[in-house]
Amino acid sequence: MGSTSSTLAKIPNAEDLMQETGFTPAHLVRLYDRFKVLDKDKKGFLTPQDFVAIKELAMNPICDRIIGAFFTSGGETLDFPSFVRILAHFRPIDKNRPKEPTSPDPINSRSNKLKFAFQLYDQDKDGKISRHELLQVLRAMLEKQVTEEQLESIADRTIQEADLDRDDAISFEEFRKSLEKVNIDHKMSIRFLR
Amino acid sequence: MSWCCFFCLQWATLRMERGAKEKNQQLYKPYSNGIIAKEPASLEQEIQEMRRSGSGLGGAEFDMSDIFYFCRRGVESIVDDEVTKRFTAEELESWNLLTRSNYNFHHISTRLTVLWGLGVLIRYGILLPLRYTNIPGVVTVLCFSGRMKSFLSEKVHLMCYRICVRALTAIITYHDSENKPKNGGICVANHTSPIDVIILASDGCYAMVGQVHGGLMGVIQRAMVKACPHIWFERSEVKDRHLVAKRLSDHVADKSKLPILIFPEGTCINNTSVMMFKKGSFEIGCTVYPVAIKYDPRFGEAFWNSSKFGMVNYLLHMMSSWAIVCSVWYLPPMSREEGEDAVQFANRVKAAIARKGGLADLLWDGGLKREKVKEVFKEEQQKLYSKVLVGGEED
Repeated sequence: MGSTSSTLAKIPNAEDLMQETGFTPAHLVRLYDRFKVLDKDKKGFLTPQDFVAIKELAMNPICDRIIGAFFTSGGETLDFPSFVRILAHFRPIDKNRPKEPTSPDPINSRSNKLKFAFQLYDQDKDGKISRHELLQVLRAMLEKQVTEEQLESIADRTIQEADLDRDDAISFEEFRKSLEKVNIDHKMSIRFLR
Repeated sequence: MSWCCFFCLQWATLRMERGAKEKNQQLYKPYSNGIIAKEPASLEQEIQEMRRSGSGLGGAEFDMSDIFYFCRRGVESIVDDEVTKRFTAEELESWNLLTRSNYNFHHISTRLTVLWGLGVLIRYGILLPLRYTNIPGVVTVLCFSGRMKSFLSEKVHLMCYRICVRALTAIITYHDSENKPKNGGICVANHTSPIDVIILASDGCYAMVGQVHGGLMGVIQRAMVKACPHIWFERSEVKDRHLVAKRLSDHVADKSKLPILIFPEGTCINNTSVMMFKKGSFEIGCTVYPVAIKYDPRFGEAFWNSSKFGMVNYLLHMMSSWAIVCSVWYLPPMSREEGEDAVQFANRVKAAIARKGGLADLLWDGGLKREKVKEVFKEEQQKLYSKVLVGGEED
Protein backbone atom coordinates (compact mmCIF):
# COMPACT_ATOMS: atom_id res chain seq x y z
CA MET A 1 0.00 0.00 0.00
CA GLY A 2 1.27 3.43 -0.88
CA SER A 3 1.43 4.74 2.65
CA THR A 4 3.43 1.81 4.10
CA SER A 5 6.29 2.03 1.61
CA SER A 6 6.69 5.78 2.01
CA THR A 7 6.83 5.56 5.81
CA LEU A 8 9.20 2.61 5.51
CA ALA A 9 11.55 4.84 3.54
CA LYS A 10 11.74 7.17 6.56
CA ILE A 11 13.02 4.43 8.86
CA PRO A 12 16.82 4.17 8.77
CA ASN A 13 18.19 0.68 7.99
CA ALA A 14 14.70 -0.76 7.72
CA GLU A 15 15.87 -3.78 5.73
CA ASP A 16 18.51 -4.75 8.29
CA LEU A 17 16.10 -4.24 11.14
CA MET A 18 13.53 -6.50 9.53
CA GLN A 19 16.17 -9.16 8.89
CA GLU A 20 17.43 -8.99 12.46
CA THR A 21 14.11 -8.88 14.26
CA GLY A 22 11.79 -10.72 11.90
CA PHE A 23 9.15 -7.98 11.90
CA THR A 24 7.22 -7.48 8.67
CA PRO A 25 7.22 -4.07 6.96
CA ALA A 26 3.67 -3.43 8.21
CA HIS A 27 4.68 -4.20 11.81
CA LEU A 28 7.73 -1.98 11.57
CA VAL A 29 5.67 0.92 10.28
CA ARG A 30 3.13 0.48 13.08
CA LEU A 31 5.91 0.41 15.68
CA TYR A 32 7.49 3.49 14.13
CA ASP A 33 4.19 5.35 14.44
CA ARG A 34 3.90 4.20 18.04
CA PHE A 35 7.47 5.36 18.71
CA LYS A 36 6.55 8.81 17.40
CA VAL A 37 3.38 8.96 19.51
CA LEU A 38 5.36 8.09 22.65
CA ASP A 39 8.04 10.63 21.76
CA LYS A 40 5.77 13.59 22.54
CA ASP A 41 8.50 16.22 22.45
CA LYS A 42 9.75 15.00 19.08
CA LYS A 43 13.27 14.44 20.33
CA GLY A 44 13.94 11.48 18.05
CA PHE A 45 14.58 9.18 21.00
CA LEU A 46 12.69 8.00 24.08
CA THR A 47 13.52 8.59 27.73
CA PRO A 48 12.31 6.71 30.82
CA GLN A 49 9.84 9.57 31.44
CA ASP A 50 8.15 8.87 28.10
CA PHE A 51 7.52 5.32 29.27
CA VAL A 52 6.20 6.33 32.67
CA ALA A 53 3.69 8.56 30.88
CA ILE A 54 1.91 5.42 29.61
CA LYS A 55 -0.83 5.02 32.20
CA GLU A 56 -1.26 1.26 31.87
CA LEU A 57 2.46 0.77 32.33
CA ALA A 58 2.65 3.08 35.34
CA MET A 59 0.20 0.90 37.24
CA ASN A 60 2.18 -2.29 36.57
CA PRO A 61 3.95 -3.42 39.76
CA ILE A 62 7.23 -4.11 37.93
CA CYS A 63 7.02 -0.97 35.80
CA ASP A 64 10.54 0.19 36.75
CA ARG A 65 12.15 -3.13 35.90
CA ILE A 66 10.47 -3.31 32.51
CA ILE A 67 11.64 0.21 31.70
CA GLY A 68 15.11 -0.77 32.94
CA ALA A 69 15.14 -3.64 30.46
CA PHE A 70 14.79 -1.15 27.62
CA PHE A 71 17.46 1.21 28.90
CA THR A 72 20.29 -1.28 29.37
CA SER A 73 23.71 -0.10 30.58
CA GLY A 74 22.13 2.84 32.37
CA GLY A 75 21.61 5.00 29.29
CA GLU A 76 18.85 7.60 29.24
CA THR A 77 18.04 7.57 25.54
CA LEU A 78 16.43 4.90 23.41
CA ASP A 79 16.51 5.14 19.64
CA PHE A 80 14.08 3.38 17.32
CA PRO A 81 16.29 0.38 16.35
CA SER A 82 16.97 -0.44 20.02
CA PHE A 83 13.25 -0.05 20.78
CA VAL A 84 12.37 -2.53 18.06
CA ARG A 85 15.13 -4.98 19.04
CA ILE A 86 13.79 -5.26 22.58
CA LEU A 87 10.20 -5.65 21.38
CA ALA A 88 11.37 -8.38 19.02
CA HIS A 89 11.82 -10.61 22.07
CA PHE A 90 8.04 -10.76 22.27
CA ARG A 91 7.38 -11.98 18.78
CA PRO A 92 5.89 -15.47 18.75
CA ILE A 93 8.48 -18.16 18.03
CA ASP A 94 8.82 -18.96 14.31
CA LYS A 95 8.07 -22.65 14.27
CA ASN A 96 8.84 -23.03 10.60
CA ARG A 97 12.32 -21.58 10.72
CA PRO A 98 14.97 -24.02 9.49
CA LYS A 99 17.41 -24.93 12.24
CA GLU A 100 20.90 -23.92 11.23
CA PRO A 101 23.38 -24.88 13.91
CA THR A 102 25.88 -22.19 12.94
CA SER A 103 23.57 -19.18 12.77
CA PRO A 104 22.85 -17.29 16.01
CA ASP A 105 19.58 -17.71 17.83
CA PRO A 106 16.83 -15.37 16.65
CA ILE A 107 15.91 -12.63 19.13
CA ASN A 108 12.59 -14.27 19.91
CA SER A 109 13.94 -17.77 20.61
CA ARG A 110 12.84 -19.53 23.78
CA SER A 111 16.28 -19.09 25.22
CA ASN A 112 16.37 -15.35 24.58
CA LYS A 113 12.90 -14.87 26.00
CA LEU A 114 14.05 -16.61 29.16
CA LYS A 115 17.16 -14.42 29.27
CA PHE A 116 14.95 -11.35 29.06
CA ALA A 117 12.82 -12.53 31.97
CA PHE A 118 15.96 -13.49 33.90
CA GLN A 119 17.35 -9.96 33.70
CA LEU A 120 14.12 -8.64 35.23
CA TYR A 121 15.11 -10.51 38.36
CA ASP A 122 18.88 -10.14 38.12
CA GLN A 123 19.27 -6.38 38.46
CA ASP A 124 23.01 -6.36 39.26
CA LYS A 125 23.68 -8.53 36.22
CA ASP A 126 26.00 -10.94 37.95
CA GLY A 127 24.35 -13.91 36.26
CA LYS A 128 22.62 -15.09 39.42
CA ILE A 129 19.37 -14.26 41.19
CA SER A 130 20.33 -13.82 44.83
CA ARG A 131 17.90 -14.15 47.69
CA HIS A 132 18.00 -10.39 48.09
CA GLU A 133 17.05 -9.80 44.43
CA LEU A 134 14.22 -12.30 44.68
CA LEU A 135 12.89 -10.52 47.75
CA GLN A 136 12.97 -7.21 45.88
CA VAL A 137 10.84 -8.57 43.07
CA LEU A 138 8.38 -10.11 45.52
CA ARG A 139 8.17 -6.83 47.37
CA ALA A 140 7.42 -4.99 44.12
CA MET A 141 4.66 -7.42 43.16
CA LEU A 142 3.06 -7.59 46.61
CA GLU A 143 4.05 -4.40 48.49
CA LYS A 144 1.67 -3.87 51.42
CA GLN A 145 -0.48 -6.93 50.82
CA VAL A 146 1.68 -9.44 52.75
CA THR A 147 3.99 -9.25 55.75
CA GLU A 148 7.77 -9.26 55.57
CA GLU A 149 7.87 -12.76 57.12
CA GLN A 150 5.57 -14.12 54.45
CA LEU A 151 7.77 -12.56 51.75
CA GLU A 152 10.87 -14.16 53.29
CA SER A 153 9.30 -17.57 53.54
CA ILE A 154 8.16 -17.41 49.90
CA ALA A 155 11.70 -16.43 48.85
CA ASP A 156 13.24 -19.24 50.91
CA ARG A 157 10.91 -21.83 49.49
CA THR A 158 11.50 -20.70 45.90
CA ILE A 159 15.26 -20.84 46.24
CA GLN A 160 15.07 -24.23 47.91
CA GLU A 161 13.11 -25.65 45.00
CA ALA A 162 15.11 -24.12 42.17
CA ASP A 163 18.66 -23.95 43.57
CA LEU A 164 20.23 -27.23 42.55
CA ASP A 165 23.90 -26.55 43.31
CA ARG A 166 23.10 -25.17 46.75
CA ASP A 167 24.87 -21.84 46.38
CA ASP A 168 21.88 -19.93 47.73
CA ALA A 169 21.27 -18.23 44.37
CA ILE A 170 19.54 -19.15 41.13
CA SER A 171 21.71 -19.22 38.04
CA PHE A 172 20.35 -18.92 34.53
CA GLU A 173 20.57 -22.69 34.00
CA GLU A 174 18.63 -23.39 37.19
CA PHE A 175 16.09 -20.74 36.15
CA ARG A 176 15.70 -22.41 32.77
CA LYS A 177 15.33 -25.83 34.34
CA SER A 178 12.61 -24.74 36.77
CA LEU A 179 10.59 -23.34 33.86
CA GLU A 180 11.03 -26.37 31.62
CA LYS A 181 7.37 -27.19 31.37
CA VAL A 182 6.01 -23.67 31.09
CA ASN A 183 4.79 -22.65 27.66
CA ILE A 184 7.16 -19.71 27.29
CA ASP A 185 6.11 -19.02 23.74
CA HIS A 186 2.55 -18.38 24.81
CA LYS A 187 3.30 -16.45 27.97
CA MET A 188 6.11 -14.27 26.68
CA SER A 189 4.68 -13.42 23.28
CA ILE A 190 2.52 -10.66 21.98
CA ARG A 191 0.20 -11.32 19.08
CA PHE A 192 0.90 -8.65 16.49
CA LEU A 193 -2.05 -8.14 14.18
CA ARG A 194 -1.52 -8.20 10.39
CA MET B 1 -25.26 29.92 -1.92
CA SER B 2 -24.89 28.61 1.62
CA TRP B 3 -28.32 26.93 1.43
CA CYS B 4 -27.00 25.23 -1.68
CA CYS B 5 -23.97 23.90 0.21
CA PHE B 6 -26.19 22.90 3.07
CA PHE B 7 -28.46 20.83 0.91
CA CYS B 8 -25.54 19.30 -1.00
CA LEU B 9 -23.94 18.10 2.19
CA GLN B 10 -27.22 16.84 3.57
CA TRP B 11 -27.83 14.87 0.42
CA ALA B 12 -24.29 13.44 0.60
CA THR B 13 -24.83 12.30 4.18
CA LEU B 14 -28.14 10.66 3.35
CA ARG B 15 -26.55 8.83 0.45
CA MET B 16 -23.78 7.51 2.65
CA GLU B 17 -26.21 6.36 5.31
CA ARG B 18 -28.35 4.61 2.76
CA GLY B 19 -25.28 3.02 1.19
CA ALA B 20 -24.11 1.71 4.53
CA LYS B 21 -27.53 0.27 5.28
CA GLU B 22 -27.63 -1.52 1.94
CA LYS B 23 -24.29 -3.13 2.56
CA ASN B 24 -25.37 -3.90 6.11
CA GLN B 25 -22.34 -2.10 7.48
CA GLN B 26 -22.14 0.17 10.44
CA LEU B 27 -21.80 3.78 9.34
CA TYR B 28 -19.70 4.69 12.38
CA LYS B 29 -17.26 1.83 12.78
CA PRO B 30 -16.11 1.11 16.32
CA TYR B 31 -12.50 2.13 16.78
CA SER B 32 -10.50 -1.00 16.07
CA ASN B 33 -7.09 0.16 14.95
CA GLY B 34 -5.18 -1.96 17.44
CA ILE B 35 -1.65 -3.14 16.76
CA ILE B 36 -1.88 -6.23 18.94
CA ALA B 37 -4.47 -8.73 20.11
CA LYS B 38 -4.82 -8.51 23.88
CA GLU B 39 -5.74 -11.36 26.19
CA PRO B 40 -9.05 -10.62 27.88
CA ALA B 41 -8.38 -13.05 30.75
CA SER B 42 -7.96 -11.73 34.28
CA LEU B 43 -4.80 -11.83 36.40
CA GLU B 44 -5.97 -14.86 38.42
CA GLN B 45 -6.97 -16.89 35.38
CA GLU B 46 -3.67 -16.30 33.61
CA ILE B 47 -1.47 -17.09 36.58
CA GLN B 48 -3.40 -20.26 37.44
CA GLU B 49 -3.12 -21.37 33.85
CA MET B 50 0.61 -20.74 33.84
CA ARG B 51 1.08 -22.71 37.05
CA ARG B 52 -0.96 -25.66 35.83
CA SER B 53 1.03 -25.98 32.65
CA GLY B 54 4.30 -25.61 34.56
CA SER B 55 4.69 -27.59 37.74
CA GLY B 56 1.56 -29.61 37.10
CA LEU B 57 0.48 -28.99 40.67
CA GLY B 58 -1.54 -25.82 40.21
CA GLY B 59 -0.22 -24.93 43.63
CA ALA B 60 -0.67 -21.53 45.14
CA GLU B 61 2.98 -20.84 45.93
CA PHE B 62 4.96 -18.22 44.13
CA ASP B 63 6.43 -19.41 40.89
CA MET B 64 9.31 -17.85 38.99
CA SER B 65 7.10 -17.73 35.93
CA ASP B 66 4.58 -15.39 37.57
CA ILE B 67 6.68 -12.48 36.46
CA PHE B 68 5.91 -13.33 32.83
CA TYR B 69 2.36 -12.14 33.27
CA PHE B 70 3.35 -8.69 34.51
CA CYS B 71 6.16 -8.45 32.02
CA ARG B 72 3.98 -9.26 29.06
CA ARG B 73 1.23 -6.92 30.19
CA GLY B 74 3.76 -4.15 30.61
CA VAL B 75 5.23 -4.59 27.15
CA GLU B 76 1.76 -4.85 25.63
CA SER B 77 0.90 -1.47 27.09
CA ILE B 78 4.12 -0.02 25.67
CA VAL B 79 3.10 -1.16 22.20
CA ASP B 80 -0.56 -0.20 22.45
CA ASP B 81 -2.51 1.23 25.36
CA GLU B 82 -6.14 2.22 25.69
CA VAL B 83 -5.69 5.71 27.06
CA THR B 84 -3.06 7.53 24.96
CA LYS B 85 -4.94 6.97 21.75
CA ARG B 86 -8.15 8.55 23.09
CA PHE B 87 -6.60 11.98 23.37
CA THR B 88 -5.56 12.38 19.76
CA ALA B 89 -7.92 12.68 16.83
CA GLU B 90 -9.17 9.45 15.31
CA GLU B 91 -7.39 8.10 12.25
CA LEU B 92 -9.54 7.90 9.15
CA GLU B 93 -9.57 4.93 6.85
CA SER B 94 -9.62 7.13 3.79
CA TRP B 95 -8.46 10.68 3.52
CA ASN B 96 -11.02 13.46 3.54
CA LEU B 97 -8.79 15.99 1.75
CA LEU B 98 -8.03 17.93 4.92
CA THR B 99 -4.32 18.30 5.73
CA ARG B 100 -5.04 18.20 9.44
CA SER B 101 -6.43 14.66 9.10
CA ASN B 102 -3.38 13.61 7.14
CA TYR B 103 -1.45 11.21 9.37
CA ASN B 104 -0.30 8.40 7.16
CA PHE B 105 -1.07 9.60 3.71
CA HIS B 106 1.80 10.92 1.71
CA HIS B 107 2.15 11.96 -1.89
CA ILE B 108 0.25 9.30 -3.75
CA SER B 109 -0.59 10.92 -7.06
CA THR B 110 -0.63 14.31 -8.73
CA ARG B 111 -4.36 14.02 -9.31
CA LEU B 112 -4.97 13.73 -5.57
CA THR B 113 -2.82 16.80 -4.90
CA VAL B 114 -4.82 18.76 -7.46
CA LEU B 115 -8.06 17.65 -5.82
CA TRP B 116 -6.70 18.67 -2.46
CA GLY B 117 -5.73 22.08 -3.86
CA LEU B 118 -9.24 22.52 -5.20
CA GLY B 119 -10.60 21.54 -1.83
CA VAL B 120 -8.49 24.20 -0.13
CA LEU B 121 -9.79 26.83 -2.56
CA ILE B 122 -13.39 25.89 -1.93
CA ARG B 123 -13.04 25.63 1.83
CA TYR B 124 -11.06 28.82 2.46
CA GLY B 125 -12.36 30.84 -0.49
CA ILE B 126 -16.06 30.02 -0.43
CA LEU B 127 -17.20 28.15 2.67
CA LEU B 128 -15.17 30.08 5.22
CA PRO B 129 -16.22 33.60 4.20
CA LEU B 130 -19.84 32.48 3.95
CA ARG B 131 -19.66 31.17 7.47
CA TYR B 132 -18.05 34.34 8.74
CA THR B 133 -21.04 36.38 7.51
CA ASN B 134 -23.04 34.68 10.25
CA ILE B 135 -20.88 36.03 13.05
CA PRO B 136 -22.19 39.61 13.17
CA GLY B 137 -25.66 38.15 13.59
CA VAL B 138 -24.55 36.03 16.53
CA VAL B 139 -22.77 38.92 18.22
CA THR B 140 -25.75 41.26 17.87
CA VAL B 141 -28.14 38.72 19.30
CA LEU B 142 -25.86 37.92 22.22
CA CYS B 143 -25.49 41.59 23.07
CA PHE B 144 -29.16 42.38 23.07
CA SER B 145 -30.40 39.18 24.66
CA GLY B 146 -29.67 40.44 28.13
CA ARG B 147 -32.29 43.09 27.89
CA MET B 148 -35.14 40.94 26.66
CA LYS B 149 -37.75 39.47 28.88
CA SER B 150 -37.53 35.80 29.74
CA PHE B 151 -40.34 34.63 27.47
CA LEU B 152 -38.57 36.16 24.53
CA SER B 153 -35.18 34.97 25.75
CA GLU B 154 -35.99 31.38 24.86
CA LYS B 155 -36.76 32.28 21.27
CA VAL B 156 -33.69 34.48 21.08
CA HIS B 157 -31.51 31.72 22.42
CA LEU B 158 -32.67 29.16 19.93
CA MET B 159 -32.24 31.64 17.11
CA CYS B 160 -28.75 32.50 18.26
CA TYR B 161 -27.64 28.88 18.43
CA ARG B 162 -29.21 28.08 15.12
CA ILE B 163 -27.21 30.87 13.54
CA CYS B 164 -24.11 29.33 15.12
CA VAL B 165 -25.06 26.01 13.62
CA ARG B 166 -25.31 27.65 10.22
CA ALA B 167 -21.96 29.32 10.83
CA LEU B 168 -20.35 25.94 11.20
CA THR B 169 -22.47 24.22 8.58
CA ALA B 170 -23.35 21.61 11.12
CA ILE B 171 -25.69 18.94 9.83
CA ILE B 172 -27.32 17.44 12.85
CA THR B 173 -29.75 14.55 12.96
CA TYR B 174 -31.79 14.42 16.13
CA HIS B 175 -33.22 11.02 17.08
CA ASP B 176 -35.98 10.24 19.57
CA SER B 177 -36.88 13.85 20.30
CA GLU B 178 -39.73 12.66 22.50
CA ASN B 179 -37.08 12.03 25.18
CA LYS B 180 -35.82 15.62 25.17
CA PRO B 181 -34.81 16.86 28.63
CA LYS B 182 -37.45 18.69 30.67
CA ASN B 183 -37.23 21.32 33.41
CA GLY B 184 -35.93 20.19 36.76
CA GLY B 185 -33.70 17.49 35.34
CA ILE B 186 -30.10 17.07 34.37
CA CYS B 187 -28.97 16.35 30.85
CA VAL B 188 -25.73 14.38 30.55
CA ALA B 189 -23.83 13.80 27.34
CA ASN B 190 -20.44 12.57 26.14
CA HIS B 191 -17.98 15.38 25.47
CA THR B 192 -15.91 15.86 22.36
CA SER B 193 -15.70 19.61 21.85
CA PRO B 194 -17.32 22.90 22.87
CA ILE B 195 -19.49 22.52 19.77
CA ASP B 196 -21.47 19.86 21.65
CA VAL B 197 -23.02 22.76 23.52
CA ILE B 198 -24.09 24.53 20.34
CA ILE B 199 -25.52 21.33 18.95
CA LEU B 200 -27.65 20.57 21.96
CA ALA B 201 -28.63 24.16 22.68
CA SER B 202 -29.94 24.74 19.19
CA ASP B 203 -32.60 22.13 19.84
CA GLY B 204 -33.61 23.12 23.36
CA CYS B 205 -32.74 25.52 26.16
CA TYR B 206 -30.33 24.49 28.88
CA ALA B 207 -28.54 25.98 31.83
CA MET B 208 -24.84 25.26 31.43
CA VAL B 209 -22.37 24.09 33.99
CA GLY B 210 -18.69 24.22 33.32
CA GLN B 211 -15.17 25.33 33.97
CA VAL B 212 -14.52 29.05 33.71
CA HIS B 213 -12.21 29.66 30.74
CA GLY B 214 -10.08 32.62 29.74
CA GLY B 215 -9.78 34.16 26.31
CA LEU B 216 -12.51 34.02 23.71
CA MET B 217 -14.33 31.24 25.54
CA GLY B 218 -14.48 33.37 28.70
CA VAL B 219 -15.98 36.31 26.80
CA ILE B 220 -18.70 34.05 25.39
CA GLN B 221 -19.39 32.59 28.83
CA ARG B 222 -19.82 35.99 30.43
CA ALA B 223 -22.13 37.13 27.61
CA MET B 224 -24.32 34.05 28.04
CA VAL B 225 -24.78 34.61 31.74
CA LYS B 226 -26.52 37.90 31.03
CA ALA B 227 -29.48 36.18 29.45
CA CYS B 228 -29.90 33.02 31.47
CA PRO B 229 -28.66 31.62 34.79
CA HIS B 230 -25.62 29.42 34.03
CA ILE B 231 -23.28 27.95 36.60
CA TRP B 232 -19.61 28.58 35.81
CA PHE B 233 -16.96 27.62 38.38
CA GLU B 234 -13.22 27.29 38.83
CA ARG B 235 -11.68 23.84 38.69
CA SER B 236 -10.10 24.57 42.05
CA GLU B 237 -13.54 25.25 43.39
CA VAL B 238 -14.55 21.85 42.12
CA LYS B 239 -12.59 20.37 44.96
CA ASP B 240 -15.23 21.86 47.21
CA ARG B 241 -17.81 19.45 45.89
CA HIS B 242 -20.48 20.41 48.38
CA LEU B 243 -20.61 23.94 47.07
CA VAL B 244 -21.12 22.83 43.51
CA ALA B 245 -23.57 20.11 44.47
CA LYS B 246 -25.60 22.62 46.45
CA ARG B 247 -25.78 25.04 43.55
CA LEU B 248 -26.85 22.25 41.23
CA SER B 249 -29.52 20.86 43.54
CA ASP B 250 -30.92 24.34 44.21
CA HIS B 251 -31.23 24.91 40.51
CA VAL B 252 -32.84 21.54 39.89
CA ALA B 253 -35.33 21.96 42.72
CA ASP B 254 -36.73 25.05 41.04
CA LYS B 255 -39.00 23.58 38.40
CA SER B 256 -39.19 26.81 36.47
CA LYS B 257 -35.48 26.68 35.77
CA LEU B 258 -34.09 25.09 32.63
CA PRO B 259 -32.58 21.60 32.65
CA ILE B 260 -28.88 21.60 33.46
CA LEU B 261 -26.45 20.44 30.81
CA ILE B 262 -23.45 18.58 32.21
CA PHE B 263 -20.59 16.67 30.59
CA PRO B 264 -19.59 14.22 33.33
CA GLU B 265 -16.34 13.13 31.66
CA GLY B 266 -14.90 16.48 32.63
CA THR B 267 -12.73 16.84 29.54
CA CYS B 268 -12.85 16.47 25.75
CA ILE B 269 -12.41 12.90 24.50
CA ASN B 270 -11.86 12.04 20.86
CA ASN B 271 -15.34 10.59 20.18
CA THR B 272 -14.26 6.96 19.89
CA SER B 273 -15.03 6.14 23.48
CA VAL B 274 -16.79 7.28 26.63
CA MET B 275 -14.52 7.61 29.68
CA MET B 276 -15.29 7.53 33.35
CA PHE B 277 -18.20 9.71 34.44
CA LYS B 278 -17.56 11.83 37.51
CA LYS B 279 -20.17 10.91 40.05
CA GLY B 280 -21.01 14.45 41.23
CA SER B 281 -23.96 15.01 38.94
CA PHE B 282 -25.37 11.58 39.76
CA GLU B 283 -25.48 12.19 43.49
CA ILE B 284 -28.12 14.91 43.27
CA GLY B 285 -30.97 12.49 42.94
CA CYS B 286 -33.09 13.92 40.16
CA THR B 287 -34.05 12.56 36.76
CA VAL B 288 -31.15 12.21 34.36
CA TYR B 289 -31.66 12.59 30.63
CA PRO B 290 -28.75 10.91 28.81
CA VAL B 291 -27.79 12.12 25.35
CA ALA B 292 -25.33 10.46 22.97
CA ILE B 293 -23.49 12.58 20.42
CA LYS B 294 -21.50 11.00 17.60
CA TYR B 295 -19.61 13.00 14.97
CA ASP B 296 -18.81 11.77 11.50
CA PRO B 297 -15.07 12.36 11.16
CA ARG B 298 -15.12 12.21 7.38
CA PHE B 299 -16.32 15.77 6.98
CA GLY B 300 -14.23 17.37 9.67
CA GLU B 301 -12.57 16.32 12.90
CA ALA B 302 -14.54 17.86 15.74
CA PHE B 303 -12.32 16.76 18.64
CA TRP B 304 -10.68 19.71 20.46
CA ASN B 305 -7.16 18.74 21.47
CA SER B 306 -6.78 21.59 23.97
CA SER B 307 -3.09 20.85 24.57
CA LYS B 308 -2.36 21.32 20.88
CA PHE B 309 -4.75 24.04 19.70
CA GLY B 310 -6.25 27.10 21.34
CA MET B 311 -9.86 28.06 20.95
CA VAL B 312 -9.40 30.46 18.03
CA ASN B 313 -7.29 27.98 16.10
CA TYR B 314 -9.86 25.31 16.78
CA LEU B 315 -12.74 27.46 15.55
CA LEU B 316 -10.79 28.24 12.39
CA HIS B 317 -10.37 24.51 11.80
CA MET B 318 -14.06 23.94 12.37
CA MET B 319 -15.12 26.67 10.04
CA SER B 320 -12.81 25.60 7.26
CA SER B 321 -13.73 21.91 7.30
CA TRP B 322 -16.21 20.50 4.88
CA ALA B 323 -18.94 20.37 7.49
CA ILE B 324 -19.68 19.14 10.96
CA VAL B 325 -21.93 16.14 10.61
CA CYS B 326 -23.25 14.49 13.70
CA SER B 327 -26.08 12.47 15.18
CA VAL B 328 -27.74 13.16 18.48
CA TRP B 329 -29.72 10.47 20.27
CA TYR B 330 -31.98 11.45 23.15
CA LEU B 331 -32.17 8.42 25.44
CA PRO B 332 -35.14 7.74 27.75
CA PRO B 333 -34.78 9.36 31.20
CA MET B 334 -33.10 7.38 33.98
CA SER B 335 -33.23 7.67 37.76
CA ARG B 336 -31.15 6.17 40.51
CA GLU B 337 -32.60 2.86 41.60
CA GLU B 338 -32.99 1.43 45.10
CA GLY B 339 -29.70 0.24 46.52
CA GLU B 340 -27.68 1.71 43.67
CA ASP B 341 -24.97 4.17 44.61
CA ALA B 342 -23.89 7.19 42.56
CA VAL B 343 -20.96 5.41 40.92
CA GLN B 344 -23.05 2.46 39.77
CA PHE B 345 -25.72 4.80 38.47
CA ALA B 346 -23.08 6.82 36.60
CA ASN B 347 -21.71 3.64 35.02
CA ARG B 348 -25.18 2.52 34.01
CA VAL B 349 -25.85 5.82 32.25
CA LYS B 350 -22.41 5.73 30.65
CA ALA B 351 -23.01 2.24 29.29
CA ALA B 352 -26.34 3.32 27.79
CA ILE B 353 -24.76 6.32 26.07
CA ALA B 354 -21.82 4.26 24.77
CA ARG B 355 -24.15 1.59 23.41
CA LYS B 356 -26.38 4.05 21.59
CA GLY B 357 -23.56 6.08 20.06
CA GLY B 358 -21.47 3.07 19.06
CA LEU B 359 -18.58 4.18 21.29
CA ALA B 360 -16.22 2.08 23.43
CA ASP B 361 -17.19 2.07 27.11
CA LEU B 362 -14.01 2.61 29.13
CA LEU B 363 -13.39 2.65 32.86
CA TRP B 364 -10.44 5.02 32.58
CA ASP B 365 -10.63 8.50 34.00
CA GLY B 366 -10.51 11.33 31.45
CA GLY B 367 -8.46 13.21 34.01
CA LEU B 368 -5.53 10.99 33.03
CA LYS B 369 -5.07 13.42 30.16
CA ARG B 370 -3.43 15.77 32.63
CA GLU B 371 -2.64 13.85 35.81
CA LYS B 372 -0.50 10.85 36.67
CA VAL B 373 -1.93 7.46 37.43
CA LYS B 374 -3.09 7.16 41.01
CA GLU B 375 -1.22 4.74 43.26
CA VAL B 376 -4.51 2.98 43.92
CA PHE B 377 -4.43 1.32 40.47
CA LYS B 378 -1.03 -0.25 41.17
CA GLU B 379 -2.30 -1.42 44.55
CA GLU B 380 -5.27 -3.09 42.83
CA GLN B 381 -2.87 -5.18 40.75
CA GLN B 382 -0.86 -6.08 43.85
CA LYS B 383 -3.99 -7.01 45.76
CA LEU B 384 -5.19 -9.32 42.99
CA TYR B 385 -1.82 -11.04 42.78
CA SER B 386 -1.51 -11.49 46.53
CA LYS B 387 -4.95 -13.09 46.63
CA VAL B 388 -3.71 -15.71 44.18
CA LEU B 389 -0.67 -16.44 46.36
CA VAL B 390 -1.70 -15.97 49.94
CA GLY B 391 -5.33 -16.90 49.50
CA GLY B 392 -4.28 -20.30 48.18
CA GLU B 393 -1.80 -20.89 50.98
CA GLU B 394 -4.43 -20.57 53.62
CA ASP B 395 -6.29 -23.59 52.25
